[in-house]
Amino acid sequence: MVQLTLPKGSAPKKGKQWPKPDGAKNTKAFKIYRYSPEEGGNPRWDTYHVDMDRCGPMVLDVLIWIKNNVDPTLAFRRSCREGVCGSCSMNIGGHNTIACTKGWDEIAGSSITIAPLPHLPVVKDLVPDLTNFYAQHAYVQPFLKTDTPEPEKEWKQSEEQRNELNGLYECILCACCTTSCPSYWWNGDKYLGPAALLQAYRWLIDSRDEATGERLDDLEDPFKLYRCHTIMNCAQVCPKGLNPAKAIAKVKHMMVERVA
Amino acid sequence: MSGSEWTDPRPMSPHLQVWKWHWTMASSIFHRVSGVGNYLGALLVSAWLIALASGAEAYGAVEAVMLHPVGQILLFFWLVSVLFHLANGLRHLIWDGPKAGFDPKVASMWSIVNFAFGIVAAAIIWSLATNLF
Repeated sequence: MVQLTLPKGSAPKKGKQWPKPDGAKNTKAFKIYRYSPEEGGNPRWDTYHVDMDRCGPMVLDVLIWIKNNVDPTLAFRRSCREGVCGSCSMNIGGHNTIACTKGWDEIAGSSITIAPLPHLPVVKDLVPDLTNFYAQHAYVQPFLKTDTPEPEKEWKQSEEQRNELNGLYECILCACCTTSCPSYWWNGDKYLGPAALLQAYRWLIDSRDEATGERLDDLEDPFKLYRCHTIMNCAQVCPKGLNPAKAIAKVKHMMVERVA
Repeated sequence: MSGSEWTDPRPMSPHLQVWKWHWTMASSIFHRVSGVGNYLGALLVSAWLIALASGAEAYGAVEAVMLHPVGQILLFFWLVSVLFHLANGLRHLIWDGPKAGFDPKVASMWSIVNFAFGIVAAAIIWSLATNLF
């Protein structure tokens, strides 16, 4: 169902203006989404002023700086700090990305807005609940499925066959694409979303996999696959430069081809 | 996740409220809007044709609506809507057929071109039509 506005209890209210750091010459304002399950009530927008001369180059550095120097209660996920784990995905300056590879100098404007990934239940601050996202990933069975007996050494693949997986295997499951998709916002319970479908294609096109028919059967549904309307937000925001929209088009093509 | 009501006790994170639009997002929603617009415009033009077949009196009544500034504006928007929908529809064919134009930068540029085509082509057709007839 399309609901353009937020539910009543979800609309963020004006929050706290945190003081500017002492003696800082070069500060920048960060408007950050805050919600605490202990306090309850509506979420709020807090504004923090960061001393950019004492802070690293990435948005994740900004969040860590705030947590260390201003407000230790700010909650966010992070781990590898180098674009590999996909933990620190969030909405920065109006687009989903991972905070660790996004430089704060890349975002124009005097104030930068940071919110959790869109249209998800918020656990706390910048931490959303991705249970449904992971369930959808599990649904496409992202592992090799074969009937023939396992070869003695390995499943062989030619260089060309291996090249088919380029632009697919690099996905880090950060959920930036899926939660950027308006179609997923309105039908996230039935539409699998860009990340799960890119993974589905990754196994459909794998020369070693023997469950192609079965996999296509599992996607043949008005919602699971066909809610993609090439809005393209997924490809626009993917921090790894992947193109789920194109992968989905290829899955649709496979659907048509097997009927023909 | 969705459904008509948000039953989760936790808040829903902001979506359209924070999102900075891409051109591809704009052309996608406008493809749908112009699709609806084309149906409504077709009703208007059908009324015109039916009136034409029904005789001078009926035609005069519909023509009065069409020549009124409001009618003219509606007609012009319908023209933009048809032309944009045509251009963007062709892009959908290219997306689905040869699967070209998926690169985000190319796709954004193409969306801008489709919008520009809708407006410019409508203006040209409009000026030709009003000067020739």
